[in-house]
Amino acid sequence: MSINLVEKAQIMDAEAIRRGMVRIAHEIIERNKGTQDLILIGIRRRGVPIAQRLAAIIEEIEGSRVPVGVLDITLYRDDLTTRTEQPVVHRTEVPVPIAGKTVVLADDVLYTGRTIRAALDALMDLGRPAMIQVAVLTDRGHRELPIRADYVVKNVPTSKREVIECHLTEVDGGADRVMIMEKAEG
Amino acid sequence: MRLSSKDILGLQEMSTTDMQLILDTAESLKEILSRPIKKVPTLRGKTVLTLFYEPSTRTRTSFELAGKYMSADTVNIATTTSSVVKGETLRDTAKTVEVMGMDMVIMRHPISGSCYYLSKVLDCSVINAGDGMHEHPTQGLLDMFTIRQRKGRLKGLKVAIIGDIFHSRVARSNIWGLTKMGAEVVVAGPSTLIPPYIEEMGVKAYTRVEEAIEGADVVNVLRLQLERQQRGLFPSTREYARIFGINQARLVLAKKDHLLMHPGPMNRGVEISTEVADGDHSTITEQVTNGVAVRMAILYLLLGGAIDEAAD
Repeated sequence: MSINLVEKAQIMDAEAIRRGMVRIAHEIIERNKGTQDLILIGIRRRGVPIAQRLAAIIEEIEGSRVPVGVLDITLYRDDLTTRTEQPVVHRTEVPVPIAGKTVVLADDVLYTGRTIRAALDALMDLGRPAMIQVAVLTDRGHRELPIRADYVVKNVPTSKREVIECHLTEVDGGADRVMIMEKAEG
Repeated sequence: MRLSSKDILGLQEMSTTDMQLILDTAESLKEILSRPIKKVPTLRGKTVLTLFYEPSTRTRTSFELAGKYMSADTVNIATTTSSVVKGETLRDTAKTVEVMGMDMVIMRHPISGSCYYLSKVLDCSVINAGDGMHEHPTQGLLDMFTIRQRKGRLKGLKVAIIGDIFHSRVARSNIWGLTKMGAEVVVAGPSTLIPPYIEEMGVKAYTRVEEAIEGADVVNVLRLQLERQQRGLFPSTREYARIFGINQARLVLAKKDHLLMHPGPMNRGVEISTEVADGDHSTITEQVTNGVAVRMAILYLLLGGAIDEAAD
């Protein structure tokens, strides 16, 4: 039995994504009173272009470049032994020491919270940041851990049968879009 | 992605896809070695045994550190202080530790093929850490990893393996691995230390070192296995050093940007001169570091996923 995903609705197009990211870039600057000691770290894979785009928008607004890192959380997953397909390990690249800094973790979808938990563990092994904040494109609910996002482009209440798919130019090619997909057994 | 077998027994039987997967994974994992806290929780709750019937410093330590860096528990059995001296068979020793809950046994043994036997006896993963004069697959992989990191590729490179080919499991693993990945491999050494029919493995054999080194991208010098030379296969170490020893004068024949490799431990002044062992082209210490990354990759790929399903 295979599970097919059928597109149910498009939640955001490229323009809505861009506008939402400009908004949360402003929120990041405002909440942190500028960009000093700030680092943006994207969770592989789609968190990476989100972190890079936020850095570019922040640079336009503030005129200063915030360092961007890449975090691979494969080695910190709590479900390795229950997965049928073994995830491929990619490299973690954080260009500056994170000790004492404010880290903004970026990802595309916030769901159970387990990815963020793994990312928090991975970050702690790299150093002791002063603060960690979370920025996501969509928050679809259904948390299994007490984790919340600080910056959300769009809250999307979903059922568990549904899946959020984010298409980002840098990873998927084509135009940026976010869709709700529904599982259809067939 | 997962490996196609539960065991790592040799590169002769390993597919290029599996080799590629191990090398790519090691590439990502090497970053952990440069962190202040060299520890990830990936293999928490897994237990790895090193069972060594021969002395070893780097291979055993390397496996042990790889396990520790990934949070596996590691146990060592040095056979000189175990029940092996009371006459216990390999099968019984291995079965005993398996029922204690081992997830993986890493074995070095003086008899070629012993790991194949062990892999049939045990349900858990078996890694060959050197079996007699047969294979040393993780050394072959770390050598390939080192070459690939420095040169960006393996395909089309000329690799000269110099020395005691006959007794060398490192040479066999290197030959099988490198030729499968598209490198040209040549070997050279005294005719008494080159096995008959070696060319059937797809390599060219020379008895003059200079011919093999000429134009080589990589010169991999093997240790002269003095402990296996009772039969007197060459007159003296002094004569060996003069005719087959790798020194600056001979390395002039290799490509300008050649790599000089040695699996260690070295007999300085015999198969390799100190001047070149510590020289700019030498990757000897880098090989040791890369060994940990490659072994971490193997542990992750065999123990990190749903291995129960992959086993059969």
